[in-house]
Amino acid sequence: MIDEKTYAELREIADRYPEKRSGLLPMLHLVQSAAGQITPEGIEACAEILEISAAEVSGVATFYTMYKRRPVGDYHVGVCTNTLCAVMGGDAIFSRLKDHLDVGNDETTEDGKITLEHIECNAACDYAPVMMVNWEFMDNQTPASATQLVDDLREGKEVRSTRGPKICTWREAERVLAGFPDGLADEGPSAGPASLVGLKIAREQGWTAPAGSTSEEKAND
Amino acid sequence: MTQAPEKAVTKTDEVSLTIDGVQVSVPKDTLVIRAAEQVGVQIPRFCDHPLLAPVGACRQCLVDVPDAGNGRGFPKPQASCTLPVAEGMVVNTQATSPVAEKAQHGVMEFLLINHPLDCPVCDKGGECPLQNQAMSNGQGESRFAASGGTKRVFPKPINLSPQVLLDRERCIVCQRCTRFAAEIAGDPFIELVERGAQQQIGIAEGVEFLSYFSGNTIQICPVGALTSAAYRFRSRPFDLVSTPSVADLDACGSAIRVDHRRGKVMRRLAGDDAEVNEEWITDKDRFAFASARQDDRLTHPMVRDADTGELRAASWPEAFVVAARGLEAAKKKVGLLPGGRLTVEDAYAWSKFARVTVRTNNIDFRAREHSAEEAEFLAAAVALTGPDGGGITYADLESARTVVLAGLDPEDEAGAIFLRLRKANQARGTRVFSVSAVGTRGLRKMGGTLLPTVPGTEAAAIAAVAENGEVALDAGGVILVGERLATVPGALSAAVRLAATTGARLAWVPRRAGDRGAVEAGCLPNLLPGGRPAADPAARVDLAAAWGVQKLPDNEGLDGAGILDALLDGDLRALVVGGVDPADVPVTKKLRKALKKAFVVSLEVRASAFTELADVVFPVAPSSDKAGSFVNWEGRVRSFPKVLDNPSSLPDVRVLAGIAEERGRSLGFRTVEQVAAEMSQVGAWEGPRPEIAPVEIPRGSTSGDLVLSSWKQSVDDGRMQDGDEHLRATARPPVVLVNQATLAGLGVSEGDTVTLAGPLGSIALPVAVGEVADGSVWAPASAPGASVRHLVGPAGSTVTISGTTEGGSK
Amino acid sequence: MTDTLTPVLTDDWDAAQSWKLATYESRGGYGALKKALGMAQDDIITAVKDSGLRGRGGAGFPTGMKWSFIPQDNPKPKYLVVNADESEPGTCKDIPLMMASPHTLVEGVAISSYAIRANKAFIYIRGEVLHVIRRVQAAVAEAYLAGHLGKNIHGSGYDLDVVVHAGAGAYICGEETALLEGLEGRRGQPRLRPPFPAVAGLYASPTVINNVESIASVPSIIANGADWFGSMGTEKSKGFGIFSLSGHVANPGQYEAPLGITLRQLIELAGGIRSGHELKFWTPGGSSTPLLTAEHLDVPLDFEGVGEAGSMLGTRALQIFDETTCVVRAVLRWTEFYKHESCGKCTPCREGTWWLTQTLARLENGQGSAEDLDLLVDQCENILGRSFCALGDGATSPITSSIQYFREEYLAHLEHGGCPLDPMASTAFATEGASA
Repeated sequence: MIDEKTYAELREIADRYPEKRSGLLPMLHLVQSAAGQITPEGIEACAEILEISAAEVSGVATFYTMYKRRPVGDYHVGVCTNTLCAVMGGDAIFSRLKDHLDVGNDETTEDGKITLEHIECNAACDYAPVMMVNWEFMDNQTPASATQLVDDLREGKEVRSTRGPKICTWREAERVLAGFPDGLADEGPSAGPASLVGLKIAREQGWTAPAGSTSEEKAND
Repeated sequence: MTQAPEKAVTKTDEVSLTIDGVQVSVPKDTLVIRAAEQVGVQIPRFCDHPLLAPVGACRQCLVDVPDAGNGRGFPKPQASCTLPVAEGMVVNTQATSPVAEKAQHGVMEFLLINHPLDCPVCDKGGECPLQNQAMSNGQGESRFAASGGTKRVFPKPINLSPQVLLDRERCIVCQRCTRFAAEIAGDPFIELVERGAQQQIGIAEGVEFLSYFSGNTIQICPVGALTSAAYRFRSRPFDLVSTPSVADLDACGSAIRVDHRRGKVMRRLAGDDAEVNEEWITDKDRFAFASARQDDRLTHPMVRDADTGELRAASWPEAFVVAARGLEAAKKKVGLLPGGRLTVEDAYAWSKFARVTVRTNNIDFRAREHSAEEAEFLAAAVALTGPDGGGITYADLESARTVVLAGLDPEDEAGAIFLRLRKANQARGTRVFSVSAVGTRGLRKMGGTLLPTVPGTEAAAIAAVAENGEVALDAGGVILVGERLATVPGALSAAVRLAATTGARLAWVPRRAGDRGAVEAGCLPNLLPGGRPAADPAARVDLAAAWGVQKLPDNEGLDGAGILDALLDGDLRALVVGGVDPADVPVTKKLRKALKKAFVVSLEVRASAFTELADVVFPVAPSSDKAGSFVNWEGRVRSFPKVLDNPSSLPDVRVLAGIAEERGRSLGFRTVEQVAAEMSQVGAWEGPRPEIAPVEIPRGSTSGDLVLSSWKQSVDDGRMQDGDEHLRATARPPVVLVNQATLAGLGVSEGDTVTLAGPLGSIALPVAVGEVADGSVWAPASAPGASVRHLVGPAGSTVTISGTTEGGSK
Repeated sequence: MTDTLTPVLTDDWDAAQSWKLATYESRGGYGALKKALGMAQDDIITAVKDSGLRGRGGAGFPTGMKWSFIPQDNPKPKYLVVNADESEPGTCKDIPLMMASPHTLVEGVAISSYAIRANKAFIYIRGEVLHVIRRVQAAVAEAYLAGHLGKNIHGSGYDLDVVVHAGAGAYICGEETALLEGLEGRRGQPRLRPPFPAVAGLYASPTVINNVESIASVPSIIANGADWFGSMGTEKSKGFGIFSLSGHVANPGQYEAPLGITLRQLIELAGGIRSGHELKFWTPGGSSTPLLTAEHLDVPLDFEGVGEAGSMLGTRALQIFDETTCVVRAVLRWTEFYKHESCGKCTPCREGTWWLTQTLARLENGQGSAEDLDLLVDQCENILGRSFCALGDGATSPITSSIQYFREEYLAHLEHGGCPLDPMASTAFATEGASA
């Protein structure tokens, strides 16, 4: 539903940019947050605000894979099946989840809780195999941990990202992507363990970058 | 093939390069693909189109460039459609380079892996760039099929609009159609949708590709992906006979090609005329050709039987005799209404028939609202102007700094002008201003600015343009006035004065294909052929001498309205009428009575309210069935040959000649060719031209009433558009257009139904909000099924609007 | 001799609440900005030029030179756009950087924008990394409040606005002109060049587009000097970079080292190939860089070294595969990725990837013939350099390189009537030695 508040927020997004059409990607994220998917009504609203045609908005909405034209569950569960994750177990996880949830790719469970999708590389290869729940990292998964994860989500148990906060709903996540922060930035660690392996060795070995010619701070740290 | 801007090149702008070993010099910025054409090498291409911005998408035109002009070559083949020439560049095409040839073979193979093998049933088969280039630049065998490949399939076809269909599996996503829609027409209602191998052309859900120019996408589609409902599966290109012709539904004079098979026009295509319509036409030009083959087409002469009082079939000689006798009996009390759809040759025959056979000046082609001021204006400022005499041309529109429109919405009323002005605005920043009550979508697409004007006050608004610093009209400017200004006292004379005071040039843009020719031919009470003023004795003597007659009528003629009034009053006893749409000249009860009493000769293509009341009916030829010339708004003569041989009807020339001969006052010609020869012999008047008398500009009323702005849109209920329901379904949905303040005053929301009431009655339509001058409201004059001009009143009427739920406040 | 690992960008990742402004400032953060604001803008550009910093997004174009292409006599506004659309398979450095130390990026954005005279900068982050977007949004907000962004930054008279922009799922938007299309609210399809973004980029205005790691490297260069940066790395590939090891090593993760380090060294730091296995093939810089094998373990990982070995340094995304991995399966999956991510604009990439996946899938299933390998090579030849942008080129890299090094394994699929390897053996959760 594109109510008045959403419409006003769509305008607000467009106003962030020197040329308002630049707002389209975040605006479509907001449409998803408000309507649970990309709707013809949402497309019309964006077109109207940006003074472009609905076809032009449709062209964009169908280009980017995060935009969904069917209702998405409360939790979008992505399993990376790009080569590295697939080899490291992503394929096995995805296949287990399909069976476990009894859905195919890009389908939603009957209870409307979970939409399963195999996704491409999500830039967390050092945590392979990787899953994403509402675009929060769930690192180093196994088929067993993955089924536990989706069971917990369906049962409403608290699930936390391995490198982030408690999982919110997909629609709440989409709102953040639209540029409306939810105040959760301070949740979770600075970095996961794999991000720190090199640094840890450097600390152990006393390795640093050379001292700077003009700086006395950073390099000496 | 190249674009117009490259016209004025001096030698210093030339670049020399070597293509396939041949040295060639071309203007700087020329693309390699077009430079190659100069040395006779056709590089295969799909996405490339000379009138669209380069995109480099299909990659079919890859060439090898061993030297980019700087001594270094490109390591990989380059797309010649996006590569500008450079001094010293060396290009090897498929003709000489195995690298280029292999690259092109590779791309062609990729294009074909997902292309269906349905050429035998595809409308494009036989005229298909993909088919042709696959034969000339492809390989015989499919490695894809041999390797067990599976083709992409789509459910077929989908409607992009009621008229345009898309077979997605044939599409090679070259983007010609979407680029045309966005760049040329400004109607980006089709877009690339989806991504990668699933990428396709599409529309937004529930929002169709409704563009007045949509058919051009079908023509430039290099495969059979886009087809029209009108032509789909109707014919094969090799069964068609093609004839170059001229569009007959507006005054633009667009070049077209008419394809027929076995006596039937199967389709119309855009012709390629860089000076006029470039390669584009309106959907009306393209699809409205079935009117002449409706069931009510007249196929033989008819006369009213003295005994039964009914029309009965007659032979041509009998009909000529009956017509001649009837007119003879009426003496000079005859009026002639030839309509605005004639070729200039037919119009000349009407004009001469009036003066020589009937001996009257009671002739007027303006079967619509008109005025004496307009007739003066046409005689003084329009007749005899043309490209040869320094008249405004399409090229002038393109290079104008400023264009002021008055009483003219080019997108609706003159599509080729619209496209040229949009191009001018996009490419050169030409500023467009419109003296109108409405800032239309068409105006916005030309980057135009509305000079808000309540209907009826255009004269004052035009006069005020001279002082408008934003418009800053000067000698680099153009004023285009539409025929609608005729209804506004003082407007046309104000436009003439505006031109005189600013130095801007002025042109008149009528709506019908024959209007401008009728001016040249003298189908006006005040004007004889060749711009000769009817009131000028010297001009009359000059023409009488040329025609070999004693004298020409010197009495003041009646104009169209005068003729109808005189018929009603019984002052005229006969009427010769042709090509008049009863929707434009409503046959009221009173007129019906008068016409029944009078002797009426009707020259028509199809039966109408006039033929029903006529005493003699002659079937005349539509433009497909005769040769002739239209004179377009520029004054450019646009000649065309006959497409179909159809013995059941004759050109107006031949019919009028037959009556005249029977009357004993021969016209001296019988054929179109003879008329053309006589016209050039008679020539143009070289004596003094009449001047338009200044007309007092009426004070604008400030009554607080709403005034109706209204005109006919491109696709409407016009009779000449009958026969293609797909075209008609693309008409814009009728609305009552108001501004925000008016809407607020109505207490309704956009989209609600309101009642628009005027002098003739009322109509209920949805209300829409737009840029509308305060005190004005707009509604379409002739939308199919919602004819505001008949149900509410003409433009300029005082009207009221009310929410229908309130039951009407009037 | 510099140390084996040289943490600069990663140096504060282990700090408590490293993403907070207070933490960053406590370690000297935004000192470089203050220093830069006291410098002439052209001197900053010169410093970055002199440092030898080359684009860290894969192509390795000299960053300072890119900045100097901005026509300063062009009256249009100038823009800085940060390419944070990290999507190249195997690449996973910018995401942890922005999560752990977003202020390093924000400070880099401020200095870089100031240098090129941009008053508006955009950080285009791929949409699929929610928490990273939160962190960057928060960092930008904090920086505004602290006066590091906004009007009259630290009294310098310089204004800068930064917009954090979330993408929506399109690998192609890592290509800089496609990214601009996305940022302009259009389909992410690459633009015709010329004009280059430096002349006509965002809104047809002069625009610099840099990778996250490139921009994040700028504060350290300003703080420590160009010579300091140039003292690390190799002659033509100067400085440090984050090397991302993933796959079949004992300790996958991020290793920040001078350019020129070898994979042998890195694997050693990562605890070796996972126990009981041996290296089979690896990508030096993501899936678009041709595969290398154990024979390339000592290739210096800099732009020149990897280039000489027949591949590209790319994003230093070192995906390590041991002998349990089927190379045909790996290549097929990458090819499916390119097919999925092909924008559809040009024929060779759109149709070529469609066909390649079919040919490869048949081979993986043991169908087809040895001639299909020649067909694949020929298809790749018809795509490479014929496509509109580099995505098509990238799609051919794994195929041609794998056929070059592992032709026998392809043929083994035909002999075996399918994949001869057990896919479970290569998983992270396989019991050790299961593949033996």
